[in-house]
Amino acid sequence: MNELILEMRGITKSFFGVLANDNVNLMVNRGEIHALLGENGAGKTTLMNILTGLYKPDSGEIVISGKKVTFASPRDAIKSGIGMVHQNFRLVDSLTVSENVILGLNDIHRFLNIQEIHEAIGNFSKKYGLNIDPKAEIWQLSVGERQRVEILKMLYRKVGLLILDEPTAVLTPQEVVDLFSSLRNMAQEGKTVIIITHKLNEVMEIADRITVLRGGKSVATMLKKDITRQELARIMVGREIPKVLSRRCVMSEENVLELTGIKALNDRGMEALSGLSVCVRKGEILGIAGVAGNGQKELVEVIAGLRPTLAGSMKINGKNLTNCKPGDIINAGVAIVPEDRVGMGLAQNFNVIENLIVKTYRDSENSRRGFLNWKHLRKNAEKIVKDFDIKTAGVFSPVKLMSGGNQQKLLFARETSKKPSLLVAAYPCRGLDLGATHAVHQILLSQKEQGTGILLISEDLDELLNLADRIAVIYEGKITGIVVPGKASIEQIGLMMCGGGKECIS
Amino acid sequence: MYILDKLNEGKCIRFEKRLSVPPVTYLIVPVVSVILVLLLGGLFLALLGYNPVEIYGILLNGAFGNTYNFTETIVHAIPLMLTGLGVSLAFKMGLWNIGAEGQLYFGAFMATGVALFFHDLPTPLMLTLVLTAGFLGGALWGFVPAALKVFIGVNETLTTLLLNYVAILWVDYFIFGPWKDPKGFLPYSKVFPQSAMLPVYPGTRIHAGLILAILAAIILWIIIWKTTWGYEIRLIGENTQVARTAGINIAKNMLLVMIISGGLAGLAGMGEVCGIIGRLQHNISPGYGYTAIIIAWLSRLNPLVILLVAIIFGGLNNGGYALQMVGLPESIVTMLQGAILLFVLGGDILTQYRIKIHRRGCGV
Repeated sequence: MNELILEMRGITKSFFGVLANDNVNLMVNRGEIHALLGENGAGKTTLMNILTGLYKPDSGEIVISGKKVTFASPRDAIKSGIGMVHQNFRLVDSLTVSENVILGLNDIHRFLNIQEIHEAIGNFSKKYGLNIDPKAEIWQLSVGERQRVEILKMLYRKVGLLILDEPTAVLTPQEVVDLFSSLRNMAQEGKTVIIITHKLNEVMEIADRITVLRGGKSVATMLKKDITRQELARIMVGREIPKVLSRRCVMSEENVLELTGIKALNDRGMEALSGLSVCVRKGEILGIAGVAGNGQKELVEVIAGLRPTLAGSMKINGKNLTNCKPGDIINAGVAIVPEDRVGMGLAQNFNVIENLIVKTYRDSENSRRGFLNWKHLRKNAEKIVKDFDIKTAGVFSPVKLMSGGNQQKLLFARETSKKPSLLVAAYPCRGLDLGATHAVHQILLSQKEQGTGILLISEDLDELLNLADRIAVIYEGKITGIVVPGKASIEQIGLMMCGGGKECIS
Repeated sequence: MYILDKLNEGKCIRFEKRLSVPPVTYLIVPVVSVILVLLLGGLFLALLGYNPVEIYGILLNGAFGNTYNFTETIVHAIPLMLTGLGVSLAFKMGLWNIGAEGQLYFGAFMATGVALFFHDLPTPLMLTLVLTAGFLGGALWGFVPAALKVFIGVNETLTTLLLNYVAILWVDYFIFGPWKDPKGFLPYSKVFPQSAMLPVYPGTRIHAGLILAILAAIILWIIIWKTTWGYEIRLIGENTQVARTAGINIAKNMLLVMIISGGLAGLAGMGEVCGIIGRLQHNISPGYGYTAIIIAWLSRLNPLVILLVAIIFGGLNNGGYALQMVGLPESIVTMLQGAILLFVLGGDILTQYRIKIHRRGCGV
């Protein structure tokens, strides 16, 4: 069990003078599940991108099964038996599972016998407990199933070392259970798994050994059985994590948002919201709990004015804004932190300044008579970067170079700058580490205390129980119940959103 | 990525994505591209039995060799500047306006209409009118595809391209038919009154269109980088979703941008008929509207750079006439222009990727 399959020694990599990896060491044994734990921006993803040949290290060496290697591309890495499943899946929506799996393989006959391939891939998936229909087309699959296809792709390429980047970020609790059992299956079959994560619960549940990265350095490697959760948290963050978020009830009876009987279609023309009614009050956080795909995305788009409603009405601060333009809705005081911060939230090639003013560029202090006041914009952006502790190479550098956590902070900084009366946040902590998650929670609570009504969509029950004043459960496009945390049991809520109860953090 | 993987398959030369692009690359790549084009063209000329050095000498001399040749180069550069600026604005917003040629023709057509039918007007009024008419003609030809896109969702790449042929045939119809000069045999319109002619720099054919182009470039630069409207245009081009979420009216901006984009090309057409020829005729443009696309990309959509690149391409066009005198087809120049774009686009890959050569084997 103690045979080294991978050794990364003294890996250093810097981007634009910022050290992302600083003399990092990583040793992984064959057949183990190794967790790479660290906060956002700790350098986990960079390290794995170096391992899979996406980046070239400035210095350091990689030894696989005792042989020193250098990779020029992911293809090289796969040839050496290393495959990675990224957070954003790389699948072709209109092709079947099998077609996606064999895509790019060279040793397939020019004339495909698709039946044989379906069969082979079906058998293959059963072997690892990755139940999936090889004939299904990708667009028909849930996020969890898509992830399984990605894993299947790697296994089919006879990868011995599989890396998963934040694999549970997009999964429902049940899907996480399935994933973990598949991973254990693979480890038993002699595959090695590296799982990149910042979730302590998961590490304690799945990992055999743990390497912690902090600030670009590898700070410790230990066996899971030798350590407790609290110790691990301290090593990862390098400081004590505040345990309980201070919460005050400032909720008033006034409704900021009133949705009544909203009906809307999804992109495929099927009914996604079927008569949804819900209210958000001034100074409250209303949590929306539910499994992804039950209308959350469409709900956000309806509120933002990006998706037409077929029936029902939407009132903001008592004013009817049903089917109004996005601009009118922004002017009514609605701020939105969308689910997809890369695609809908930020323009990746724009710099920090330009992204900050997306909704305020017309304001009198930002522009006069149609001309942007760059001097003011720059000063203001520099202040915001400091206030929100956003790590960036400068306000003129494009946001695509920033980590996910910092992009999210930037997005919150922008959305809250206008003192909104309603803030809609969809999965704001998805993919963020403990530190950034904490920062986002603080922002949400302080916004609430200033009287903003907040609609918080999340799959993380613990997060909702911690933050929300009321929790509404969404199921198949309707609110199926509203509960007050503390008065309803977790099991009750979990049952309503179709998951089981979970251990409560802190 | 798949294509890259394919390219990389089993080769000792590999493409790697660059994380950061050193700014100097943006200068080196076009320069190296042009040198490679000259080498390729030279090879081609040598195969035809010409001395490449001599031919390039003639080309260069024909373009920039003396004051007269240089002024003629500027004359050719003016429509290239205006159309180049026009398409670059549309490109900045992610609209594929490849209809500058048609917009140029329609601008010329409208300006001609004004010049022919209001021939008694005093010069200042007349000039204002032909200018406006030229702009509006091009603007109309830009507005039509924009409206089709905004209201019915028709792809603008196709409509702008097809409308080029419509505009050219439209002009042909008028010069072969209703507007044909009754005293002439050739398909020309009547000669414009002097009041409709743009002022010319004495002793040359450089007309006031040059001032229009320079002004347009400066104004466009200011709009794009200094104004909220330019910010909207860039944001839409960069990420339409974010722009929509921000409440920016995308339809309105599309219409406006295409009106200006077409209007600038229309001014180029007006410049040709009111600045140089003095009447409407067949073939007023040797494909300026298409060359404009090359110029816009080579200049990376920077309005001020477009002015310079347009002069180089104007030189290529003008030098091409000198080549005809030694018996070479003028299309040599078209070939060189095409090759430049090809090489720069190829070079573009090298700004995003770097080539890595593995000397010893291709193993990992």
